[in-house]
Amino acid sequence: MSIELKNVSKKFGGVSAVHEVSFSVKDGELVALLGPSGCGKTTVLRMISGLELPTGGDLFVRGVRVNDIPVQQRNIGFVFQSYALFKNMTVFKNIAFGLKIKKWKQADIAARVAELLTLLGLEGFENRYPHQLSGGQRQRVAIARALAPKPSVLLLDEPFGAVDAKIRQELREWLVHLHHDLKVTTLFVTHDQEEAMEVSNRIVIFSRGHLEQVGTPREVYEQPVNEFVARFIGVMNVLELEVRGGIARAHELEFPNHGLPDGQRLRIGFRPYAVQISTNLKTFRYQAVLRHTYFLGVLLRLELELPSGLTVRARMTKEEFAHLGLSDGQSVSMQIRQYRVLAHEGEVLRPEVATTYDTPVNLGEGI
Amino acid sequence: MTAATQRRERTAASTRSTQESPFVKWTLIAVAMLFAGVFLLLPLLNVFVQAFSAGWSGYWGALTDEDTFSAIKLTLIIAAISVPLNVVFGLAASWCIAKFDFRGKAMLLTFIDLPFAISPVVSGLMIVLLFGAQGYAGEWLQTHDIKIIFALPGMVIATIFVTFPFVARELIPVMQATGSDQEQAALTLGASGWQTFWHVTLPSVKTGLLYGIILCNARAMGEFGAVSVVSGHITGLTDTIPLRVEKLYHEFNPAAPFAVASLLAVLALVTLALKTFLEWREHRRLELAPPPENLPPPA
Repeated sequence: MSIELKNVSKKFGGVSAVHEVSFSVKDGELVALLGPSGCGKTTVLRMISGLELPTGGDLFVRGVRVNDIPVQQRNIGFVFQSYALFKNMTVFKNIAFGLKIKKWKQADIAARVAELLTLLGLEGFENRYPHQLSGGQRQRVAIARALAPKPSVLLLDEPFGAVDAKIRQELREWLVHLHHDLKVTTLFVTHDQEEAMEVSNRIVIFSRGHLEQVGTPREVYEQPVNEFVARFIGVMNVLELEVRGGIARAHELEFPNHGLPDGQRLRIGFRPYAVQISTNLKTFRYQAVLRHTYFLGVLLRLELELPSGLTVRARMTKEEFAHLGLSDGQSVSMQIRQYRVLAHEGEVLRPEVATTYDTPVNLGEGI
Repeated sequence: MTAATQRRERTAASTRSTQESPFVKWTLIAVAMLFAGVFLLLPLLNVFVQAFSAGWSGYWGALTDEDTFSAIKLTLIIAAISVPLNVVFGLAASWCIAKFDFRGKAMLLTFIDLPFAISPVVSGLMIVLLFGAQGYAGEWLQTHDIKIIFALPGMVIATIFVTFPFVARELIPVMQATGSDQEQAALTLGASGWQTFWHVTLPSVKTGLLYGIILCNARAMGEFGAVSVVSGHITGLTDTIPLRVEKLYHEFNPAAPFAVASLLAVLALVTLALKTFLEWREHRRLELAPPPENLPPPA
């Protein structure tokens, strides 16, 4: 294990910013800390680096407990959201700073800096000052500076937050390649779920100081442990059902009662891709009207309105859409192929309950 | 668009938006210029005219007078002690105000401004009350044979008190604007507190610090009120340049007070020139540095 957190907490005054968080990062992994702003993810990153001290729990880096090791001796590379380049130093001096502090020989410093300049595509920029660089170049200098002393892990705080959308896409791919080449254990903070899904091997999801779920992008997308994760990762239709007459219902939609008696409530969610649509009004059980179509590129998002006014979000490819010959305002039939039983935010259900169910075809008629 | 046309358009726009007639505009400019000329420039020129009224030899004679020379020496000594001490204090105060949150921060900020708000004469009297023969510490100081009032230590204390805010006031906004990200970055790279201070903090506030030092020094050398109260006016012993000027003036000496005063006037001009130079350099460094796309591509 490269990094391991055991019940780590952080309180600022009386306010709990991080609450008993435990997770680990394996050697050479690229892991995203994901969550909305103010959820404590940056505090976790700063605690690993030593810039903040935990108020509870244990922190391990490469098997060594680092709680009492000062930031200077942790040998952890940290890239700040603002880059925090030394503005009075050239690119060369910025990258060489950590090596000079560690009293490397002049020749070794020059060789290491040259190596990093090549690696990060910054050759020829060594005599420029930070204000003479573009945003993307500044970030690469910040990464080079953090990598120079050969840190055991690399931490990045919102690495793509400060650049515009087009460059952000390039930087994501570039970070994946860099990580592939260097194999250095990397942990980065982001509030952008798409970014986390695209870049990382595993995602650690936070909400309000609590860890909600750790998993591969596929796991957190397909098997969200609760409603928060389900809503945060991608789009999810969430319904609050009430059991009446042995069937869990919300408006006209009906689902199995999962063993709950009448009067009990149940929360479920389904992804837009689980909604099946047909132009033949007899094909599926529910009638709906196509209200809006959003073009997202290859995929389209459809907004369906049921007779009761309930809105359901569906998804299909451009080709399917063309094949069906759909248009806004058209009446269709639909059904929900799969759904998940969801726990509320902060809660976790037993895995045998919180799983994906196929909707029975004969529900409502058979019972 | 050339700079000249830009300027023209800007002037045209401002005329339109402010709706002022050229008559009002030129009247205001003339009044401001006249005021500056009569009350600032003319007296300054007059100092030099009077200083040289007895010719070069008279001027030189006034400056090399034994008592005047000792006053110049004393002024330099006081500045040499009080300016570095205020630099240390200013750095410490601005550092803690900009980087930390603590109880009493607002009060500390107000205290830093106190010397600006109090008349220098009152500042001097406060020191006399504290260290004078009838003061709180007077008896103890006398029994231990330590002389503060009417001697160098008292004058240094008075000067430090009066010039207290200059460095801190210059540094606080600079440090606040810089934030502490760069220092934290230095820490993660293994730098100790001192290394961070020398290599990161100090260089990033260099211009503001120099600016504060220049202003602090100008005031330290030119201070009259507070130093006058604690000095005792002992000719050749506790006279600084400003005190010496006053004394010579009261002796109805025609050229000598102006000759000595011209030293302070030159100091003021040098201070202004340095200040302008530093501002120009900083402006050039930050504002006029070529943006990345205008730089030649790296070799």
